Amino acid sequence: MLIRFFLTVRQHGVQSSITEFLDLLRALQAGLVFADIDQFYQLARLCLVKNETDYDKFDRACAEYFAGVEQLDLASLIPDDWLQSSILRELSDEDKAKLQSLGGLEQLLAAFKQRLQEQQERHAGGNKWIGTGGSSPFGAYGFHPEGIRVGQQGSGQRRAVKVWDQRQFQALASDEELNTRSLQLALRQLRRFARTGAAQELDISATVGATSAQGGLLDLVWQRERHNAVKILLLLDIGGSMDDYITQSRQLFQAVRAEFKHLEIFYFHNCVYETLWRSEQRRPQDALATIDLLHTYGSDYKLILIGDATMGPYEISYPGGSVEHYNSEAGEVWLKRLCRQFPAAVWLNPQPNDWWSHYPSIKQINQLFDARMYPLTLDGLSDAINALKR
Amino acid sequence: MSFQSNSRYIVTPELALAVNAAITLQKPLLIKGEPGTGKTELAKALADSLQTELLQWHIKSTTKAQQGLYEYDAVSRLRDSQLGDARVHDIANYIKPGKLWQAFTAAKRPVLLIDEIDKADIEFPNDLLHELDQMAFDVYETGQTVRALQRPVVIITSNNEKELPDAFLRRCFFHYIRFPDEHALSQIVDVHLPGLCKQLLTEALESFFALRAHNQLRKKPSTSELIDWLRLLVAEQISPEQLKQAREQGGLMPLFGALLKNEQDVALLEKLAFISKRAAR
Repeated sequence: MLIRFFLTVRQHGVQSSITEFLDLLRALQAGLVFADIDQFYQLARLCLVKNETDYDKFDRACAEYFAGVEQLDLASLIPDDWLQSSILRELSDEDKAKLQSLGGLEQLLAAFKQRLQEQQERHAGGNKWIGTGGSSPFGAYGFHPEGIRVGQQGSGQRRAVKVWDQRQFQALASDEELNTRSLQLALRQLRRFARTGAAQELDISATVGATSAQGGLLDLVWQRERHNAVKILLLLDIGGSMDDYITQSRQLFQAVRAEFKHLEIFYFHNCVYETLWRSEQRRPQDALATIDLLHTYGSDYKLILIGDATMGPYEISYPGGSVEHYNSEAGEVWLKRLCRQFPAAVWLNPQPNDWWSHYPSIKQINQLFDARMYPLTLDGLSDAINALKR
Repeated sequence: MSFQSNSRYIVTPELALAVNAAITLQKPLLIKGEPGTGKTELAKALADSLQTELLQWHIKSTTKAQQGLYEYDAVSRLRDSQLGDARVHDIANYIKPGKLWQAFTAAKRPVLLIDEIDKADIEFPNDLLHELDQMAFDVYETGQTVRALQRPVVIITSNNEKELPDAFLRRCFFHYIRFPDEHALSQIVDVHLPGLCKQLLTEALESFFALRAHNQLRKKPSTSELIDWLRLLVAEQISPEQLKQAREQGGLMPLFGALLKNEQDVALLEKLAFISKRAAR
């Protein structure tokens, strides 16, 4: 029985091992909890989950294991007035006015009831039916921001709210985009990668140890210096469609700047052409020819480009494709030159991963970078750093 | 033995379960949480409630795993050898037991706190794997093996500055201390400041949670800051009415310096206060 629970948890992406599962069984055997599902939830989480960013995954796994089928039955039992009050609570006055002009709450409810009747079986995923995990406005565990949540919260009178249903740890999940708090975590991942420098310095305490072990004969011991030898070349897309992501880029920028001593930063617009700029304002006096950049910085620099890569395909592949000036060589040519000069190169894209397939330009650039384009999220950043280390 | 709230430390049922599991199954308990949620205090309260010794090992960026086991004082030995001291012939004279050694050989099962493990070098947790798993280690200089008489209760805290290796995590239980809700927080305040005026507490908590609700804050105030602030409010004899007034006018709360530790945060709140004042006009 619990083996299926363990497998469900693993299916939801929590990387727990057999050792930890055995710990859980041992804890149950020791009688730490008895016949209390909330306590079991806490104990299982204690044993199986080792990172608060995985708490939300675990909550979803519990929801599936314990309650999956129950959801729909509950939905059909919900009285109108409860639904109504629950919706009204979440709407602002402005929204209510808008709703009235669209035919009112009754119509939305009618649509809900209609779908409930049309639907014959339990449903998960998808975007129309009432079910779990989809983006339909009706259902549970989904990601539709303004939908009617059915089952997930419980009615209060019929059923106690289950702990995992509250999903309190959603904000800690790591595929979430960067914010002020998670910035610290991103920094930490960069730091790990920054420690691979090597140098020689005198290890005084080991020298004293070795000397005394030899009965006073001087014996020098050397150790690796712990300095940051990694060199970073950061190119940032600025202006236009990047304005939406300005906070994210800035946060990452600050994190990188605090971390690396050898850091060079340049700006471009949409795609890299023959000129780069040293300042965000891209004034003419700050301009640097890209060819000079290629000649100035050695291939031991690691190249990080940050941009949404969202543009017309011709801006990449044709001479004269730039939206700002006439470029005699295509952006593609310049990107290829960059990739050749800097074998360790990645492109970080603040656009959510799901949207990538809709933009041909993203596909193009991803190909140019040998699929080393990563989303600007914690997971993406960590993958990017691993790619840079290779 | 089981761990519960007492007159000095409020523990949630979740945390109590975690601690009791760690005691029963004799595994280290890794505690994470926002700063100021009482991670370090937990070990102190636990030692109190088990009526046993608390061994605190505070980790710094320069701490090495070896220092927790023992240190070989080569310099003293070198000096003694020059002076012709007889002690120099026995190497055991220059071996100083570290916190883990002390914990392993304590007469009564002690509580060992490894505080802020994330401050150390990234290899630090890996160096302790075997010692925490087997609760034994070798002293190479003397060929002696130190084995735990009884496995100490190990509490490890982390502030998330570095990721801990998987192999280390597998050997621990993990609990994340969530920020307490209003009810738990008033219990905690009650423990620290007994006899605080109810009305003042309600008003203060309301201002406090309103402050924490601002997502743009760089450093959200935590429990320990709330308690400092309340102490100040009492000392300065600020009345609940003054607090309420400040909140309703959208201004900064009195003595905000105790809650906000960052000038950008203060500037942000001042800006918001200014906007809301203008909107009220």
